[in-house]
Amino acid sequence: MLLYILKRVLSAISVVIVTLVASFALFFFAPTDPAGVICGPRCTPERIADIEQSLGLNQPKAEQVLLYMKGIVAGREFSSGGVTQHCAAPCLGYSYTLGQPVTKLIGAALPVTISIVIGGAVVYLLVGILAGTIAAQVRGTSADRFVVGTTLVVQAIPYFVFALMIALYATFLPASGYTSFFENPFLWASGLLAAWLTIGVTNAAAYTRYSRASMIEALGQDFVRTATSKGISRRRVVYRHGLRAGLTPVVTIFGIDLAFQLTGAIFTESIFGLPGIGLLALRAFNQYDLPVLMGGVLIGSVVLVVMNLVVDIAYTALDPRVRLG
Amino acid sequence: MTATTTAKSGVRSVPGAPLLELDAVKMHFKTKGEGLLARRTQWVQAVDGVDLTVQPGETLGLVGESGCGKSTTARLITRLLEPTGGQIRYQGVDIAHMSDRQLRPYRREIQLIFQDPYSSLNPRHTVGTIVGTALRTHEMVAKSGELKRVQELLELVGLNPEHYNRYPHEFSGGQRQRIGIARALAARPKIIVADEPVSALDVSIQAQVMNLLEELRKELGIAFVFIAHDLGVVRHFCDRIAVMYLGRVVEEGPRDSLYEKPQHPYTQALLSAVPDIGVVRGTPPKNRIRLVGDVPSPVDPPSGCRFRTRCWKAQDICATEDPALIERAPAQQVACHFAEPPAESILAETA
Amino acid sequence: MSENTHEDAYLEVTDLQVQFPTADGLVRAVQGLSYSVPLGRTLAIVGESGSGKSVSSMAVLGLHDRKVARISGSIKVGGREIVGMSEKELEGFRGGGAAMIFQDPQSSLHPYFTVGDQIMESYRAHTKVSKRAAKERAIDMLNRVGIPNPKRRVDQYPHEFSGGMRQRAMIAMALVNDPKLLIADEPTTALDVTVQAQILDLIADLQRDFGSAVVFITHDLGVVAEIADDILVMYAGTAVEHGPVKKILAEPLHPYAWGLLESIPALTGDPQPLHPIPGTPPSLLALPSGCPFHPRCEFKDRVPNNHCTTLRPDLIPRTGDLGRTSRCHLKDPDQVFELEVLPRLP
Repeated sequence: MLLYILKRVLSAISVVIVTLVASFALFFFAPTDPAGVICGPRCTPERIADIEQSLGLNQPKAEQVLLYMKGIVAGREFSSGGVTQHCAAPCLGYSYTLGQPVTKLIGAALPVTISIVIGGAVVYLLVGILAGTIAAQVRGTSADRFVVGTTLVVQAIPYFVFALMIALYATFLPASGYTSFFENPFLWASGLLAAWLTIGVTNAAAYTRYSRASMIEALGQDFVRTATSKGISRRRVVYRHGLRAGLTPVVTIFGIDLAFQLTGAIFTESIFGLPGIGLLALRAFNQYDLPVLMGGVLIGSVVLVVMNLVVDIAYTALDPRVRLG
Repeated sequence: MTATTTAKSGVRSVPGAPLLELDAVKMHFKTKGEGLLARRTQWVQAVDGVDLTVQPGETLGLVGESGCGKSTTARLITRLLEPTGGQIRYQGVDIAHMSDRQLRPYRREIQLIFQDPYSSLNPRHTVGTIVGTALRTHEMVAKSGELKRVQELLELVGLNPEHYNRYPHEFSGGQRQRIGIARALAARPKIIVADEPVSALDVSIQAQVMNLLEELRKELGIAFVFIAHDLGVVRHFCDRIAVMYLGRVVEEGPRDSLYEKPQHPYTQALLSAVPDIGVVRGTPPKNRIRLVGDVPSPVDPPSGCRFRTRCWKAQDICATEDPALIERAPAQQVACHFAEPPAESILAETA
Repeated sequence: MSENTHEDAYLEVTDLQVQFPTADGLVRAVQGLSYSVPLGRTLAIVGESGSGKSVSSMAVLGLHDRKVARISGSIKVGGREIVGMSEKELEGFRGGGAAMIFQDPQSSLHPYFTVGDQIMESYRAHTKVSKRAAKERAIDMLNRVGIPNPKRRVDQYPHEFSGGMRQRAMIAMALVNDPKLLIADEPTTALDVTVQAQILDLIADLQRDFGSAVVFITHDLGVVAEIADDILVMYAGTAVEHGPVKKILAEPLHPYAWGLLESIPALTGDPQPLHPIPGTPPSLLALPSGCPFHPRCEFKDRVPNNHCTTLRPDLIPRTGDLGRTSRCHLKDPDQVFELEVLPRLP
């Protein structure tokens, strides 16, 4: 088991390195003019040169890559307008437009996004798996048809429309906003509630259907018949024997889904005004803030890899055959 | 290189050579644990040095338990798999490593019948299309004569020729197996490899299909490699029988001597284990041989004789020396250091 | 059915009907099935797919979904009526007084739980004991069914067991509560022949020790000959012949049983051509009139007045032969067998 996790961690690290190299290639060689953006409309050539000097933009591209790498490992200095800023390791560069180290910006935005994504996942996994399991048990009845019909209606509504509806009409919900969990857990939860509900309800429809299909298959398995023949209660047969097997495919889908959830966070954050990674990246994109964009991509890939790792480990915990295979 | 002649079909042959010869054929599958660091490559020795010969019109039975390599052997003969060692000679010409293009004329003459009549027929094609495709692939008849030939084939396997436009799901299991047989016959093969062709069928249907195969063999003179785990079925159909264990042939011989005087301990144990209706209808055998344990893993087979871990006769020599397949009785070859016929009859004597 | 088997019968099935209403019509899977099994005896139920042998046996444990199956008639186990029992009562009954072994041990054991866990669950469902005591019991049972090193094996998962070992574990699980009735549904069909022999020996040994009643479902007459005391031959949802194995396999009285014997190739002697039963079993949606076997029966012309096609024969006791019944209109089946069928048996 430990060896398996170690192997998975190593392969996860290699994925992050590949993403890093790819984002370098994309952004360092992009035809942009960061110094011009920082300098603003009233700009002198001297000032541009000064900015390029301070950010190392006048160096050859290869040199810049090395500088960036060095920043991640050992930190680096930025001097702008005579003021020297130290950016401690792991340094992901310096925001041209916000005048802050990228690490600091991401450090502030990341907990917001993670709170949104994980909180939303808890809602749709709980609702979806429970509704799916119940529907699978009453398959073919009117209750089952009602559940399936509801999921179809919910799935037909585009995500952003649903989010807007919640934002505009669900006024009874507490106002959206982000407070750190460690500062005030109650405010943290109430500020994110609208976002969680939006993500939760829209995705719960899909998860209800996955779980229902998966449970119908699981409940038809021979080992479920064996469990019934042992004389244990129906509840135990369904929730211990059936659900355990039925969950595995759902967990697999969840692992793939998380990538889309992160992208979806851009919508959620914009609509509910939550200062997460999505919003940060969107602003950086509009303002050609390359270091922030690159940092965002990098952190996004790290989060994704970590979440997939967690899902894979959950998978091995569910299915002992994977552990030894 | 021996002189070969080439038939019109493109099949080359060495005059006087047997129809099919397997010579030290090996099939080792690579398995690897998944993940970045799992570099521990293992080899599953599914088939490990098998020699077999089939003459024209002859039926050779292959028996053995799961994992003995009998199905892999079927896939090697039909070249669905490329062996990792040895030669597969068809009429004297080695087809073991031929390319798909080179194999085409041979594929026509070597046909395969599968075990599962449900999954081996495309559910979206009519029976006429299934059999007709086989005709077209091998360019057996002109387009105009195709339907007539399909109907002839359906009639030959005992199906209503008017049913050519029906779909597989409209037929019962036994009828589907007949469709599979018609498809194999479409190519006018010289040899059919039948991999458990009746084991998915009910007893009464199984007997119907067995009789059909028997008639076709007599009528058309097709040679068979007949693979089954049911020793009664194999005995009924085959002239010669080879017993396989863990990727090797342990005993091979004519039907009667193999069933009446088996010399390899594994053959004896296998025959002794068959639940036999004769125990009620005749005199039950005095001694029943019961093997203990399971077949070892083909990834790491025992040294020397592969059967020694479950053999009651095993001595030190069995662990060190691999017994060769040698003739112990007329036409009966046994791979055992202590081969001998059983003292008493293994099977029940029918009154 | 003779009086003496009737009295000490542990399992008694009377006029059992199992029907499945479907979109295509009513599937009559079991029709008027009656049999009984006393303690200490093994009854083999033989038949081909669709004969109703598995469906009827699952009904004994109340395993059919009420929403799907219509069951009537009577199933008495140790005097208790199973048909119409509430789900709660069934839970107490299943796995305790009566247990079941299934065909494929690979799919019948849960892949995510250890073998020990699954045995313990069965034990603790019926006996109030600590986890530790249940585990002791599981190890004990694994030992009893011949699994070497049970202390280590108890914590392993089914995929770490071989096919034969899995079926042994399955048997250990079924017997953990000392059931008085064991139903084995094709327990050796998925196994290799040498392993099958081991499992058949094991079941026979355990039955001797536990003294339970065993219902053994199989399609293999060879297996019947090895393991059973009595045999019940089923065709199209009903019993066509019933009686002691030795008598029925030596001298069957029903044309379907003859057809089965003529379909099995022999292991000795000169191979004779087989005489298979023509045609296929009838659809359970539209059973033939009269005797359900008549469309495939070569002897139906021997019975006058078209009785075979119009009248459903009763399961009648054979005169002068205690405990034997058969469902056929033929007047002199023993002579037909002797003179016409026996000479052409393989």
